[in-house]
Amino acid sequence: MIRINCPICGLRSETEFTYGEDASVTRPAMDESAAQPWLDYVFNRDNPRGWHREYWHHAQGCRQWLVLERNTLTHEIGTCRLAREDAA
Amino acid sequence: MSEPVSPLMNARYEGLVTIEEIGPMGMITLRGDLAATDLRRAATAPTGVEMPQMREASTADGKGILWMSPDEVLVLCAYADVPGTVQSMTDALVGTHALVANVSDARAVFRLTGANVREVLAKLSPADLSPEGLPLGEVKRTRMAQVPAAFWLESEEEATVICFRSVADYVMGLLKTAAHPASAVGFF
Ligand SMILES: [Zn+2]
Repeated sequence: MIRINCPICGLRSETEFTYGEDASVTRPAMDESAAQPWLDYVFNRDNPRGWHREYWHHAQGCRQWLVLERNTLTHEIGTCRLAREDAA
Repeated sequence: MSEPVSPLMNARYEGLVTIEEIGPMGMITLRGDLAATDLRRAATAPTGVEMPQMREASTADGKGILWMSPDEVLVLCAYADVPGTVQSMTDALVGTHALVANVSDARAVFRLTGANVREVLAKLSPADLSPEGLPLGEVKRTRMAQVPAAFWLESEEEATVICFRSVADYVMGLLKTAAHPASAVGFF
């Protein structure tokens, strides 16, 4: 079982969380008019074998959005931070 | 006027622990900046308890404030006091960006008493129910089997569980199964 170390709640079962999305993509500037950056942002995803940055929601806990590192090969969980602190 | 009733009409079960569906209980959600003076005053004035720190349950004499998330607390009071308390909290928060919502009828509350409260809850939640994982006076917002729930321990022999009213019967069933007299594990 995957366990996630929520910065608010401590070590909790993955079953309390909901996967959000890939946290490595960044939105283009709103005045970006070229198609390719938007195509990459909306559709194109890497599918890494190894460490991956992801948004997760502690839906059945403190209800905060988190950014965490998950190893797609081993399911190890790396650093886990509040998304709003990660963005700051 | 109709009589307010709790969802299971105060059902009771005696097993490894005594389970009582209590209530109706007054519950008011308060959301906003928990560090703001106005908001802290709005929560503490009607309850007479300290503002809880992160993960804390601050309770006394049937009133209290439960820390729910970085921008949310749940204010506990007598069911009959809810309208007045909502009004005084709303008045105290004029000009402050905050939410005050009466959620009393949306929740069910259970009291568990007996020597095995940690064990009964541990059978149902993936959270750490050890004395280190859940110290007295700390709220655990987690899940019980398939549904969200929150609970805290007033003492090693008394716990309070809050869940959504719509799943009260399901949660009572879970608790009864976990507290079946023949199901003791003796882990804690
Ligand atoms: Zn959490």
